[in-house]
Amino acid sequence: MPKGSDIFLQNVSKIVVFLVLAFALYLFFTGHSSPGGGFIAGLMSAGALLLLALAYDIETVRKVVPFDFKLITAIGLLIALGTGTGALLFGQPFLKHAFGHFDLPLLGDTELHTALIFDLGVYLAVVGVTMTILLTIGEDR
Amino acid sequence: MNNWVVAPMLIPLFTAVILIFLHNKLKLQRWISLISALLNVCAAVFLLYQVQHNGIQTLNMSGWAPPYGIVLVADMFAVLLVLAASIVSSCCLLYSFRGIDEQRERHYFYSLVHFMLAGVSGSFLTGDLFNLFVCFELMLMSSYALIVLGGTKRQFRETLHYILINVLSSTLFVASIAYLYGATGTLNLAHLSMRIAESGQSGPITAVSALLLVVFSVKAGLFLFFWLPGSYGAPPAAISALFGALLTKVGMYALIRTFTLIFYHQAEVTHMLIGTMAIATIVLGGFGAVSQTNVNRILGYNVIASIGFISLALAVSNEDALTGAVFYLVHDMIVKALLFLLAGILVAETGTERINRMGGVLTHSPLLGWMFLIASLAVVGIPPLSGFPGKLLIIQGSLESGQYLIAAAGVLLTLMLLYSLIKIFILAFWGKPRRLRESKWKQTPKLLLSSAPLMLIIVLLGVFAEAFMPYVETASSVLIDPTIYIQAVFKE
Repeated sequence: MPKGSDIFLQNVSKIVVFLVLAFALYLFFTGHSSPGGGFIAGLMSAGALLLLALAYDIETVRKVVPFDFKLITAIGLLIALGTGTGALLFGQPFLKHAFGHFDLPLLGDTELHTALIFDLGVYLAVVGVTMTILLTIGEDR
Repeated sequence: MNNWVVAPMLIPLFTAVILIFLHNKLKLQRWISLISALLNVCAAVFLLYQVQHNGIQTLNMSGWAPPYGIVLVADMFAVLLVLAASIVSSCCLLYSFRGIDEQRERHYFYSLVHFMLAGVSGSFLTGDLFNLFVCFELMLMSSYALIVLGGTKRQFRETLHYILINVLSSTLFVASIAYLYGATGTLNLAHLSMRIAESGQSGPITAVSALLLVVFSVKAGLFLFFWLPGSYGAPPAAISALFGALLTKVGMYALIRTFTLIFYHQAEVTHMLIGTMAIATIVLGGFGAVSQTNVNRILGYNVIASIGFISLALAVSNEDALTGAVFYLVHDMIVKALLFLLAGILVAETGTERINRMGGVLTHSPLLGWMFLIASLAVVGIPPLSGFPGKLLIIQGSLESGQYLIAAAGVLLTLMLLYSLIKIFILAFWGKPRRLRESKWKQTPKLLLSSAPLMLIIVLLGVFAEAFMPYVETASSVLIDPTIYIQAVFKE
């Protein structure tokens, strides 16, 4: 589809992309003990980027996220693996998680969890893999 | 709890991820992957020592006790195979520094090898059926990428077969896992074994076990092997060596593990079926090896035939046979890798894969010839070499149980493999030297050097079999008595 040919889709997606991303963020944070998590949030974010690619084109997506998606995958994997391995340093079994309560400004008493860091890794890996696959197929003429 | 159990999986995973960042720096990639592979050998040796002295080591991932969490179990059988796999992969990596072209190296070759290695080690170490599936997939995904890497026409054709057959069997795998979970309510291997022993192996569970038999047979190349000789011959030698040595053996490991630990109550059905499939595999694989003239296909059929041979031991399932199976499996991983690597050098030297177009390589590079001969004799099981003790024990075990047909099949196989490998030796190495690719190809000595450690191990494993035997017997004692495994998992 040539650029600028579908004004409705483009205008709607300008708003919807942010809604989808916000919902992905919500899913990401709610993930530990209720439905959600890094995997589903990653897929949803990739969905938002895909919408952008459909409404505009792949070049726009590349401009919005100017990183190599393969590297994002690798960084995600490294974070996830690193969190799992961190437990070894404390003499805990592999993948063991830890949490604590912290007084944060604005949020007040917040429970912070190392599983969230692991999820961040999963999130990045999923976004990276999905976008690599989609862009590879999309560019293949 | 012992965190060392996860090391053989964690080291390759970390290496694979780090290598993605360095995919343009070839020298650095090579060094990092070799060092990591050697570290993995060290970790496996350390684990071997611990298991021999302190019994089976387990790790409850994330601290969840079995059967609720995923548990990694390092018993001697698993650790021996992990060790063999890490040795083989170190040598294959060393070989690929010279044997793989730069284009492939740049396209994440080393990352993929390490991902595959993580999957292989994970499959050996896991104590959970679903986790076994996950590790299988990790290994298979990487192998899909490795087999097509380079993108020649032949690779594309064979990859299509390979992916389709494996996706199909993975689907069956998940389906049978779901049936099993529905029937027993657990997927922890030790817990499954307990529950099925308590409630008896009823008809539906035997049916599920037959389904799992089909799944693992496809992966191992037991009877359902039609895809194997073609797809293992398509990629370069270093990759075929990894495939021939590791992938089918993981399937074989899964077969032995499930049918000695869980589904051992209806031996007259399941083990009978395994025995029949094994004999068929031996006959078909043996004839395949004899009839082919393409080096890689001959070796592919050799892989199949020895899978059939190890399955004979599983069909017999007595102490001698299983001890022999463990020994033979370790030997087979190493010797198959060596054969594929040497065949890779042979093909590069002569510029053809057809043995009737080769000739006189012995005058040109005698060392290659003699190494190939020794490796062939080890496959056949000539006494001072490593093939002999395993083969002897398996045949002895089948005679003890009065399974004369199985013993006869084992001996028949030996003759056919001897013929197929000596045929390569006679046609390719003897006679008048033919057209050789002398001008450019100068890598032979270095490639031979990187295969030499495997050669050394074959000889040492055969000569010092007595010293190696205690480890093998520890491994087979767990296979014979599942309660040892169950107690180790549920001890805490």
